Parts: sequence; C-alpha cells; structure tokens
Amino acid sequence: MKKTYKIDVDCANCANKMELAAKKTEGVKDATVNFMALKMKVEFEDGADPAAVMQNVRSNCKIVEDDCEIFL
Amino acid sequence: MTKLTENLNKKQKNLLLRVIAAAVMLVVLHLLPLKDYPVLRFLLFMIPYLTVGYDILRKAWKGILNHQVFDECFLMAVATIGAMILGEYSEGVAVMLFYQIGELFQSIAVGKSRRSISELMDIRPDYANLEQDGEVEKVDPDEVEVGSIIVIRPGEKVPIDGIVVEGSSSLNTSALTGESLPRDVKPGDEIISGSVNMSGLLRVETTKEFDESTASKILELVENAGERKAKSEQFISKFARWYTPAVCYSALALAVLGPVVSILVFHRTSDWALWSDWIYRALTFLVISCPCAIVVSVPLSFFGGIGGASNQGILIKGSNFMETLANVKYIVMDKTGTITKGNFEVTAVHDEREHNIDDAHMLELAALAESHSSHPIASSIRRAYEADGATLDKGRVTDVQEVSGKGVIAEVDALQVAAGNLKLMKMLGVACEACRSVGTIVYVASRSEAADPENGQPAGEGSVQAGGSWEYLGHIVISDEIKPGAADAIRQMKQNGIVKAVMLTGDITSMAESVAREVGIDEVHAELLPEDKVTLVEKLLAEKKAAAGPKATLAFVGDGINDAPVLAIADLGIAMGALGSDAAIEAADVVLMDDDPAKIVKAMRIARKCIRIVNENIWFAIGVKFTCLILGALGIANMWLAIFADVGVMVLCVLNSVRALFVKGM
Repeated sequence: MKKTYKIDVDCANCANKMELAAKKTEGVKDATVNFMALKMKVEFEDGADPAAVMQNVRSNCKIVEDDCEIFL
Repeated sequence: MTKLTENLNKKQKNLLLRVIAAAVMLVVLHLLPLKDYPVLRFLLFMIPYLTVGYDILRKAWKGILNHQVFDECFLMAVATIGAMILGEYSEGVAVMLFYQIGELFQSIAVGKSRRSISELMDIRPDYANLEQDGEVEKVDPDEVEVGSIIVIRPGEKVPIDGIVVEGSSSLNTSALTGESLPRDVKPGDEIISGSVNMSGLLRVETTKEFDESTASKILELVENAGERKAKSEQFISKFARWYTPAVCYSALALAVLGPVVSILVFHRTSDWALWSDWIYRALTFLVISCPCAIVVSVPLSFFGGIGGASNQGILIKGSNFMETLANVKYIVMDKTGTITKGNFEVTAVHDEREHNIDDAHMLELAALAESHSSHPIASSIRRAYEADGATLDKGRVTDVQEVSGKGVIAEVDALQVAAGNLKLMKMLGVACEACRSVGTIVYVASRSEAADPENGQPAGEGSVQAGGSWEYLGHIVISDEIKPGAADAIRQMKQNGIVKAVMLTGDITSMAESVAREVGIDEVHAELLPEDKVTLVEKLLAEKKAAAGPKATLAFVGDGINDAPVLAIADLGIAMGALGSDAAIEAADVVLMDDDPAKIVKAMRIARKCIRIVNENIWFAIGVKFTCLILGALGIANMWLAIFADVGVMVLCVLNSVRALFVKGM
C-alpha cells in the first residue's frame, strides 16, 4: 500500500535525510521524498498499520532533522 | 521593498530582519576602535553573532543530543565558534551571516519556483456549476457525479471532462497543450477539463469523476514526477552522504596532523601560532563541507524543467525520463497518428469500365458493405459517400462477415458485395489489376444473389467460395495525409543528435516508403503486425547499443492507443495526441498533449537544457569546493573564500537551476 503525506522541510539535504530515515523505519518498504513538491510517498510492508508506522517515521525524521514536519 | 517582502513567509521575513540587523552591527563593530578592550570587543561581537546564529547553535546542540553530529548546523557552529576562539570575530560572525543569507536565498528561490510552476499549471478548477432540477448551484467539483449536467460560462474553466449537450463555444486549451489556437466545440463534442471556455455558454454532461478527469490526472502526474529520481539525483544524495563526514574527518586530521608533521619533519617549534594556523585551515574546511549547494540545485533544475515542459503540453513523468530523453539517439515512430494525420481520406475512385457501374454507385456499395465496421478505412469510405449529402441506410445491409486482415463481405439489397485488399480478391478468385496509386487500396467486387438461389437464404460463410462467380467492380484509393510539420520535425531531430529515424507501420510497403521518403525517415518496416513491432524494437535496441554506446537511448513515439507493449519496452515511450486518452497517459513515459511532431524536438531540447544545467551545477559546485579545500589545506584560502565556496556557489547554482524553467521560446 502506498500513501502520500504532505511535509515541511527547509533544505534539500534535510529532505534527503528524511527520506533515508523513513526508509529505515520498520514497516516501510520504500519511501521517497519530493523536496520540490514537499511530499513524502511511503510504501508500507504488507500487514503494516500505516498510522502506527507513520508515527515512527515522523519521530525518526525528527531525530535526523529537528526542524521538519510530516502532516499525518 | 514591500513588493519583495510580501512574497516571503513569516520564517523568511524573520530571518531577513535578523540578517540585516546583524550585518549593520557587524559593520559598525568593525569600524569601532575596540582593539584595546578585548573583553568588551568579544561581548559586543557576540550580539550580532547570536542574533543571526542562535537557531543554528540550538540545532547543532540538538543534533549532538540525537547522535546526528554531521549536519550543516554542527559544522557552522564548530567553524564559527572556532573562529571566535582564534580571535577572528569578524570572520566568525560573517560566516554565520553569509550562511544564513544563503539559507534565506535558497528558501526564497525554491518558494518562487514552486509558485511559478503552480502558476504555469494553473488548470485546477475551483468549482463546478451543477445543474439540478433546473437550478444551477456552485459546488466542489469533487461532488459532481458522472452523468450530471454542468454549466460552463464564458471565462470559466472546464472543471470535469464531458460531452457538450447544448451551446457552442471556443475553448482555450493553451494551459494543457501549449497550443494557442482556440478549439471550437458544438453539441456532441468531448471537452476536457483544464481548458477555458472563451465565448458561449455550454451545458455539459460529465463523463468522468473529478479525480479521473484530465486536469486532475495531469496535475497528479506533474506533482509525482519528482519521485522517480534521476541518476544524477541519486548520485548527489549518495555524494552528500559521504562528502560531509569525509571533509570533517579531513579537517580534524588537518588540525592535528598538520602541526605534528610540521614539528617532526620541518622542525618547527610547537607554539600557539603554529597550532592556530592549522586550526584556522581546518575551520575553513568545515565551512566548505556543506553539500547544500549541490543537493538543492539538482532537484530544483529537474522541477523547473518538468514544470516548464508541462506548460508547453509536454508531460515528463519523472526526472529519470528527463535524462533518457536527453540521450535519445534512435527514434522509432509509428506512422499513423504520428507522422501522418491518421484521418484516412478517399483520394480516388476507379471503376472498372467493362461493367456498367459508375464511381458513385460503387462507392455506395462499398460504403454500405463497410457500414458496420469501425476500422478507420471503413469510416473514410463512409465519410466520402456521405460527403455528397447522401445518407447511409444501414437497413439495406445484412449478413456482414469480417474477414480478418482482408476485408468485409456483406449483402446489400440483393447483391453480395466484397470490399477489401488484394488478398480478399485472391481468396474470392476475382481477377483484378493491382493499382499503382500510393495509398491503401480497397478493391470492390460483387455477385448477384441469384447465384445462390436454392434455399433463398443469404449466402453463409461456407458459400463464399462456392456459388456464382464474383465480378470485379473497381477500387477505391485511400491515403493518409502527412502532418505538415513532420518533415521539418525529423530534420530538426537529426540536427539535435538523432542518429537514426525509423518508421514502423502495419500499412503496405509502397505506401510506407513513399511517406518515409517524403519526411526523411532512414529505415522503414512495413506490413507489420502488432507483435512484429515488439520484436523489431527489441532488435533496434540491440543495434543501438552496439552502434551508439550504452548511454544512448531509443525512444518510441506512438499514438498510445494500441502500442502499449512497444511503449513499454523502448527506453523511452512517447505518446502523442494524448489529450483525454487515459491509456496513453498510463503507458507512456513522456506524454505530448497534442499531435504536433515538432513537440518531440521541443521535448528533446527541454531535456537537454535541463540536463546541461544539472551537469553544470554538479561539476561547478564540486570543482569549486575541491579547489577551495585544497587551497584551504595549503593555507592559501582564507575563510572568506570558504564562504564563497559555500554560499556563493549555492547562489550561483540556484540561479542557474531557475533557468530550467524558461523553455517557452525553444
């Protein structure tokens, strides 16, 4: 399953870091961050609960880039 | 100034004020005679430093707490604090100041191109005028169900795809196709969301939901294009991942090993001057280590290129396709709908003089025989017949048999009529002369019902070859018009690096070769079945790899209707004239909204320009950074040069990226 989330982040490198952090989160099969459109597309593992996984994605992203936001 | 600031958000305005305040303070402090008051001097310099850099220091601290040491904020914090400790107050403040100016500039530039692209793509309709029980109500287009009636007034955007039921008008489709000529519509015509109604009031029956309508699909496609990342984007994000740590460790090594080597090898005495010199060199390293200039400029260029192209009616589905498009060396084109208009027209009717039948009568028989077929050839015959004001009475036609790949046999009144190619005539044993005209030839033959009188039944399939003999009546020549811009487009493709232009078609060879000669195609493959096209493209892919190298790509251009498999196997699938065709938008990598072959060249040029900008930025940024790193290590570059290598390069790269957006005149 794929879902798209709106994000807010200031710099392009920070967006790359968010992408990496999201990819490493458990339950995430793949993630891409589109810095120009300010969107994050997340593909979830089968059986994962998107809402719960996204909470983790969000906190992992906050670790690598304090100033970012994912609108869940 | 007010005009400049009204486009900034709160964060940006705040930063701008801090930067201005700090810059003024820095200049004033620089001019004040503070040499003799070291403590006061330090404290005074701390004011602009903290004003402009407090958030960076806070972020750096948080980064350390989160074990995310190597981020830009940390580097800036270390570099500036280091400079302060070394007593270089002005430089410390200046580095922070310029770093923030760079951040501000980047954020403004990115925001600006985001906005200009959304302006270019201003096709999102805000509302629909829904007609219910005779009353018209403004509603959210999302709420309109398929089959509803909507009213579109002059000046309004078409919100949802549909069919005109009442009224006529001209539509401006320039936001969708880049084509400025308005399109006239009348009842029965399909209209596409995103176009603007220019003159009359239209009542439209919707055929799709809002989400499935053209405007929504295009917007979705453009917004998602950034997700398919180009190789250069992937390269840059990998590069950024090792670049920053590598530079930091080098800085540390420089600060420690530099003095140690100097002492051991060059027998320098270990004093503060020696150590501070090397620490200063290490700090300049840190200033240069931020990868943001490169990282931001690459997606920004692609975003601009894709956005600019969309505005010209060229949808590129991802940054990766931008790269493929820029390297196209082989172009394979379908004939019908790509090079030719696909609007088959009857250009000649030749009757067989021996039989007492005139042109018009023969055309009538053929049109009736073909009256149930949806094949473009059949409709062209019907059109030619109806052009004289005659109407086709389908009731006169019974027992229609389609003979696959050959033609059609039907009963018209009391006559059996066969219309088809030479193969059909051969099958029926009709003696006829092959016509030498260029085009698709439909041969017509008939035999009277009396030839099969026994049971009074219309002749069935089994009786086709039996019964009385067929008589040859004559033939109809149908040709397809070559698009006016085709020859010019192919010439320009060759000027733009296309090595070989190939044309594929299911048509007969003579016709195909004549078209190819006229437009300047290098290689023609005719009389192909759909599956032949796939094998041929596979062969051409291998040939291209051998002849033009692994980087060269092959593009297939089709109308997207029945060439989905070929669009998929080619390196790049380009669908033409796709306005309103979902299948084509799905299957292709690049979608041309109208069917002008010049758009292929334009798409290639836009892609080239975009890739050129990306490469310029990558090599310029990396080149300047490495040069400054080396000069810094040698002690030649000071912190001012390092600031240029960081912020200056970023500003230049961003400005260069923005150029990708301007593609109109290409």
